[in-house]
Amino acid sequence: MIESISGFQKKIDQGATYVNECEAAFKRIEEKDKDLNSFISLNKEQALESAQISDERIKNGESKRPLEGVLFSVKDMFCVSGTKTTAGSRMLKDFIPDYDATVISRLKNAGAVILGKNNQDEFAMGSTNETSFFGPCKNPWNNKFVAGGSSGGSACSVAARLSTCSFGTDTGGSVRQPAHFCGTVGLKPTYGRISRSGVVAFASSLDQTGFFSLKVEDVFKTAEVLSGKDLMDNTTSSKEVPKWSNNLELQDLKGFKVGVVKEFMSTDLDKDVKNALDDSIEALKKRGAEIIEVSLPLIEHGVAAYYLVATSEAASNLSRYDGVRYGHRSEKAKEGQVSLDEFYTLNRTEGFGREVKRRILLGNFALSSGYIEAYYKKACQIRRLIREDYFKAFERVDAIIAPVASSTAFKLHEFDGKPLKKFLNDYYTVTVNLAGLPGLSVPVTKNKDNLPIGIQLIANQFQESNLLKAGLNLEDEFKFYKEVPNV
Amino acid sequence: MSNWDVVIGLEIHAQLQTQTKIFAPDGASYTEDVNKNISEISLGYPGALPVINEKAIEHSIKIGLALNCDIRSNSVFARKHYFYPDLPKGYQISQFDLPLCEGGHLEFSLNGEIKKVGIERAHMEEDAGKSTHRGGYSLIDYNRAGVPLLEIVSKPDMTSGAEAAEYARTVRSILRYLDVCDGNLEEGSMRCDCNVSLKPAGQKELGTKVEIKNINSFRFIEKAIDYEIQRQAAMLEAGEVIHQETRLYDSTKNKTFGMRSKEEAMDYRYFPDPDLLPIHVSEDLIEKIRKDLPELPIDRAKRFTSEYGLPEYDALVLTADKALSEFYEKTAVNCKNPKAASNWIMGDFLKRFNDSGLELENIKIKPESLGELIVLIDRGELSGKMAKSVFDQMWDSGDKPENIVKEKGLSQISDPDEVEKIVDKVIHNSPGQVEQYKSGKDKLFGFFVGQVMKESKGQANPDMVTKILKEKLES
Repeated sequence: MIESISGFQKKIDQGATYVNECEAAFKRIEEKDKDLNSFISLNKEQALESAQISDERIKNGESKRPLEGVLFSVKDMFCVSGTKTTAGSRMLKDFIPDYDATVISRLKNAGAVILGKNNQDEFAMGSTNETSFFGPCKNPWNNKFVAGGSSGGSACSVAARLSTCSFGTDTGGSVRQPAHFCGTVGLKPTYGRISRSGVVAFASSLDQTGFFSLKVEDVFKTAEVLSGKDLMDNTTSSKEVPKWSNNLELQDLKGFKVGVVKEFMSTDLDKDVKNALDDSIEALKKRGAEIIEVSLPLIEHGVAAYYLVATSEAASNLSRYDGVRYGHRSEKAKEGQVSLDEFYTLNRTEGFGREVKRRILLGNFALSSGYIEAYYKKACQIRRLIREDYFKAFERVDAIIAPVASSTAFKLHEFDGKPLKKFLNDYYTVTVNLAGLPGLSVPVTKNKDNLPIGIQLIANQFQESNLLKAGLNLEDEFKFYKEVPNV
Repeated sequence: MSNWDVVIGLEIHAQLQTQTKIFAPDGASYTEDVNKNISEISLGYPGALPVINEKAIEHSIKIGLALNCDIRSNSVFARKHYFYPDLPKGYQISQFDLPLCEGGHLEFSLNGEIKKVGIERAHMEEDAGKSTHRGGYSLIDYNRAGVPLLEIVSKPDMTSGAEAAEYARTVRSILRYLDVCDGNLEEGSMRCDCNVSLKPAGQKELGTKVEIKNINSFRFIEKAIDYEIQRQAAMLEAGEVIHQETRLYDSTKNKTFGMRSKEEAMDYRYFPDPDLLPIHVSEDLIEKIRKDLPELPIDRAKRFTSEYGLPEYDALVLTADKALSEFYEKTAVNCKNPKAASNWIMGDFLKRFNDSGLELENIKIKPESLGELIVLIDRGELSGKMAKSVFDQMWDSGDKPENIVKEKGLSQISDPDEVEKIVDKVIHNSPGQVEQYKSGKDKLFGFFVGQVMKESKGQANPDMVTKILKEKLES
C-alpha cells in the first residue's frame, strides 16, 4: 500500500528498499488497474533503474534528494523521453518524444520514480475521462461512475493507492474536479508558477500543471520542487517560490479571512455537496477564520468565456497534428494517390476523436474573420473583467471557499450526446483558470453512493501559501485520507 | 499611360543574420545538409514552446530605426494559421496589429531626383521550411523553418518599376550597412513581393491590387512591375476587370502569370500567441541601439561631398554599396587625394569590377595599393598612361604598384640631371635637325620630344622633357 511521502520515507528509513517498493507498486498496478484503467502505459524499466539509483545513493551515504524514490505517475500529457506520450489520443498513440518536459526533468532530478503514464481525456478535453482513445478511467470508489477529467487517471491512481503522487494538467478544472470525484487532494498552482515546456498543449493561456496526492502537504512538497522560472517557457514567472515544505505545521486561522461567493451560494448544488460546503465553512470558522461574503458579478459568463478562449487556443495548438512529421498517418494517405488536402483530412479525421473535433470547429469558428470580434475578443474582455472581480474580492479576503462541482462523480455515459450540459458542469472551476489563480481541492466526505466530495479553496495569484494554511485545517478537520477505497 | 495612376507598394522579407533561430536554439544557417538545424521547437513537436531570440529583436530595432520608424514599446506576436507541410505548427508566428516598427520613411535618389517612400510597418516573423516537389511526392527541408525574418512593408508610394527597384536596392544597402542581413535576392535571404494597382488618373480610391511574388533580382523587379502595369492598363482600357490575385514573374518570357486568386484566399485567423509575452522594449535599449547605429548610406554620401569635396552623383554611386564605400574611403585616405581616388574607382575600377561579376571581398586589388598607385602619379613617377597599364596588372595579379613598376622598369624618369643627359644625347646625335629648328622650323620640336621618349623607353617625365628641351634648343 502506497503511503504519503513522509510515510514512504519512514518506511525506507526502517530498512525497505526503493527497488522493492517500486516492484510492489507495479504488482499492485497489474492487479488493480485492469478494471480501473488509470494507466495508459507503464514505465517499468526506467522506473526500476531510477529506484536502483536511489538505493545506491543511500548505500553510498549520499544525502536524500527532496523526492528520493517517491512513486509518481504522470498524466499522458507530459513528455517523458523514450516513453510513449499519447495525450489520450489516437493521433499520438505511438508517439515517443526524445525530450523531457521541464517538470519531468526537475522531477527526475529530485529523485522521484515515474511508474507510468496516466489515462486522461483526449488532449485534456473532457471532464469524465470518457473521451480517451484508451477507454474511460473508472472511479475507484464505485466503478459505475467516472473518475472525472480530464486528469481522471492521475486522480484515480492516487486514490486507489497505485501511486503516491501524480501530475495532472488543469485548464478549466482538470485537476481539481477529478480530485473531488476521486477523494484526493488536487492543487492547481498559479498560472506561470510552473513551466509548460514539454507538456502537450490544450489552451496555452489556461493550462497549468497540477498535482494529486492523499495529503495536502504532499502536493506542496511536489509543487515546491517543480515551480519557478524556466527559460524554455516565456510565460513562467520569476517570482520566488516559497519554502512550503518548511511551513507544513497546522496553524489556526485567527485573522484569516475566507470569502464565500454570493453567486455560488444561490446555484442549485446537490444537497450532499451543499452540506459538505456548509460543514467546511463551519470548520474554518471554528478554527478562527472570519467568513466574508464576496461577489463575482460576471461569473455567470465564465463558462461561455472559458469555452471560447480555450477552444480558440486549442484549435490553433492542435494544428500541428497533421501527420507530416509525426503522429497518426492514415493507411489511405498513400504517396501520389491523395491530394494534400485529402492527406490532411484523412490523418486528422482518423486521428482525432469527436470531442476534439467539436472543439477545433468551435475554436476556428470563434477566431474566423467576421466572428472574432463577437466571440474570441468578447470572451477575452469578459476574462479581464472576471479577473478584476477576483482581484477586488482578494482585497478583502485571503482565500475563497467554493464547491468544485455541483455534484459528485457522474455515472459512466451520463452525458453521452449532451456536450453542453457537460460544459456547464465546469462552472465552479473555469473562472479560476481565466484569472490565472491557484486552486486547491480538499476531500472532506462521501455521499451515500460512496462517492467522495471535495471542497475548493481559491487564492490570489502567487498566494498558494494561503491555500496551504486553510487546506491543512480542512484536512485536519475531516481526515479524509484515512478513507480507503476497496479496489 | 497618362490615363492611369500607377500605385506600387513593396513587401520585403529580410532574413536576419543571427546565430540561432528566432524561437529555437538550432543554428539559423540553412546551407548545410538538409534537416540538420532542427529541434523539437522548430519542428513543432508536442509541448515545445517558442523562446524569443533577443538578437533578432535588436536587429529588427536597428532596421526600424534606420528606416526612421517608431519602435513600439510593447509589440505582440500573433499566430497566422494555414496548413502547409513546410509550416510545422500549422501557424506561423508573426506580428499582426501590434508590430515592432511602424511609420517610417526612406529617401533615395532616382535619376538625380530625391524620392521619399513611406514605411507602413516592419514586423518580425519566422520563416517556413523549404518544399521540393517531385511529381508524386514532396521533400521538405526544415533547416530554414524558424529563421528570423523582418517583413518591411512600404506605403503604396511608388509609381514605376525603376522607382520600386531603386527603393529595394536602397533597403538592401541599408540592411548591409547595418550588417543584419546579407540581402541576397537570388539565394532568398531577401525576398520581395510587389503590389501593383492602377486607377484612373486623379481618382482617390485605389484600384484592385495584384501581388507579384518572389522576384529574384532588382532588374526583374523593374521589368516585372513595368510588364504588370502595361498588362493591367491594357485590360482596363479594354473594359476588363482586374481581380485581386497573386502572380509570378517569368524572367525568360518577361511576363507575369497567375498563381492563385485571392478569392479562394484563406482566413488566417490571427490572434495573439499565448506562448509569448508581449516584447517589451525599453527607451534605454532603443537609445542605446540608436547611438550604436553605423553611418547609413545617405549620411555617408553627404559626408563624402562635404569632407572629400565629391560631386553628389559620385558620392551616391560610391556609397550605394557598403563595401564599395569602404573601399573608396580607404583608397582616399591612403593617397590623400579623394577626388583622384573617386575618379579611379568610378572609372577603371568599376568597369573591371562590373565586368568581373565578383564580390568586392574577392577581388585581388586592395585599396592600399590603389592609393599607392595614385601617390606614384601625384609624385610624377608614373604617367597617366603608364598608370593604367600598372592598374591592369594590379587587377590581374593583386601585386603592389611599386613591385610592378620595378619589375617592368616602368618608373618615370623625373630626375632633371637624368633627363638632361638624354636630351643632350639626342641633340648631339641630330645636328641637322638642330640647325633647321634654330632657323625657324618650330614644328621639329615634336621630333625632339619623340626622340627623347624613344631614348628613355617612354619613361622620361614629359613635362620635364619639354622644359629642358626648350632651354637647350633656345639657348
